[in-house]
Amino acid sequence: MALLEVSNLGIAFGGLQAVAQLDLKIEKGHLYGLIGPNGAGKTTVFNMLTGVYTPTEGNIVLDGKDITGKSPDLISKAGVARTFQNIRLFNDMTVLDNVKVALHNQIRYNMWTGILRLPSYREKEHQMNREALRLLKIFDLDKEASLKASQLPYGKQRKLEIARALATNPKLLLLDEPAAGMNPNETEELMNTVRSVRDQFGIAILLIEHDMNFVMGICEEITVLDYGRVIAHGDGKAIRNNPKVIAAYLGGD
Amino acid sequence: MFRLKNLRKSTKSNLITFGIVIGFYLVIQLLSALGMLSSSLSGQLVPICAYVILAISLNLTVGILGELSLGHAGFMSVGAFSGTIVWTTLYGQVPNWLGLLLAFVVGGAVAGLFGFIVGVPVLRLSGDYLAIVTLAFGEIVKNVMNACYLGYDSKGIHFSFKDAASMGMEADGTTIINGAIGITGIKKGSTFILGIILVILTLVVILNLINSRAGRAIKSIRDNEIAARSVGINITKYKLMAFITSAVFAGIAGVLYSLNYSSLVAKKFDYNTSILILVFVVLGGIGNIRGSVIAAALLTVLPEMLRSLNDYRMLIYAIVLILVMIFSQSPQVVAWRKRMVEMFRGRFSKRPQAKEVQ
Repeated sequence: MALLEVSNLGIAFGGLQAVAQLDLKIEKGHLYGLIGPNGAGKTTVFNMLTGVYTPTEGNIVLDGKDITGKSPDLISKAGVARTFQNIRLFNDMTVLDNVKVALHNQIRYNMWTGILRLPSYREKEHQMNREALRLLKIFDLDKEASLKASQLPYGKQRKLEIARALATNPKLLLLDEPAAGMNPNETEELMNTVRSVRDQFGIAILLIEHDMNFVMGICEEITVLDYGRVIAHGDGKAIRNNPKVIAAYLGGD
Repeated sequence: MFRLKNLRKSTKSNLITFGIVIGFYLVIQLLSALGMLSSSLSGQLVPICAYVILAISLNLTVGILGELSLGHAGFMSVGAFSGTIVWTTLYGQVPNWLGLLLAFVVGGAVAGLFGFIVGVPVLRLSGDYLAIVTLAFGEIVKNVMNACYLGYDSKGIHFSFKDAASMGMEADGTTIINGAIGITGIKKGSTFILGIILVILTLVVILNLINSRAGRAIKSIRDNEIAARSVGINITKYKLMAFITSAVFAGIAGVLYSLNYSSLVAKKFDYNTSILILVFVVLGGIGNIRGSVIAAALLTVLPEMLRSLNDYRMLIYAIVLILVMIFSQSPQVVAWRKRMVEMFRGRFSKRPQAKEVQ
């Protein structure tokens, strides 16, 4: 059974059908791409998968559990993590604290332990610091741990978002345009990072990206969306030669 | 080691805050022993403590949670009335320390309950809505308490919203709340040392809360609500936690304030008081707890110190507020201050100093 099974998913905003009849199957440990022209509904799909929007039809099953229409915090607990197209970090908090917030449901102690500084407070905080620094190290951010997130350069902010998403211990990671605004060198480096994350954590990754070299370079399967509907599905080669995809991107009849 | 340095940094900053409070207490004790404490200042000591607690607790909502609340005086009011009722009815029947303890516990609990009642519907919304509803809450509390009559006699408790006569009490009954006149004949329960203890208690709870798992969750909601939800934070829970904690300490401050005087009237806790507390928070620096402590203490004393200037008093007060704002916020002045600090550091020490990040 697949890790994520999406069937007949759709959402309408008033009279506008943004996404319709979307079927998606994601296997553990695989890399998937979701592409399509601007306004095709890619981010809307992410928003439905993470509970930001409630789908008007269809359902989403993660690891055998129905998570359709659940709230974002519950879906995060169930094992879906994401990054955002326009970076959303906790800007006034340190880089370390950004990751520690995401460890919220992994390493727990209650409010009173914190207020009264019970012995387990110190122990759990140390555990959080260790775990957060370990994640930051993977993205080469451990030296910037005490800086505020807003002080990081753009490329590192993108990396911090991925580190933060991984801290929630996800089964499925959704990356929304991770290479946006990066130069070719940074993109190359990011490709390696994404691959190594998949290998190290053994999780499934679904990503939205406009950089075709990036998508073709690392995704094993690609789904193409246009006007909220799937127009093609397959590996890089099949997608590249699909006339429907070419028409959607270049315009045709 | 990064980890140790980081822990030490936040602990050190907290220790400075506690040092300031204890230092303030010692200076006042010294002045008092030397007979140098003016009567107007000694009368201000308990209100200073109350306002410091109010500013710290409001900073939790405004600076740490990032929601604007304009009804802090309302929570102060419900705390003050419920705590004072407990204090006056128990006075003489139980030891004073127990009466005081119960007054503060009840005052804080009732204010916290109101925080919950106001918070549940409102915190699902955010921004302006919270400001408007808390503003209305403060006014409702003021007007309800202003028209409230409460007393007891041998038959039990009597209550009315009309006037004292319609409570229908026996001649020997005791009136507790007498409408706009409020509660009178309160035995003085608050002392400066009690105020300082409560300030320290407030600081311990709120600073520890901020530097814990729950505090990080609250700050993450302030910084980016959508991202906070996406990493698994139950935002309703943590918003409520911050809001209720803030209300509880406002209630405790209300009890401390009211037990310092012989009478308690609802009119004291109006819109102006809420704004005054907000001014302390803004001037001390939003999210800066130590700043709140200092701003609340100085700005409570300032109008008294300027009393000799009579009509010009509030004028000077306003000018001081504006100057502090410019000094602490204007980018040019902040840059100039940084240059000055670095110049002094360069002159007095050869050792390279880590930059303060505020």
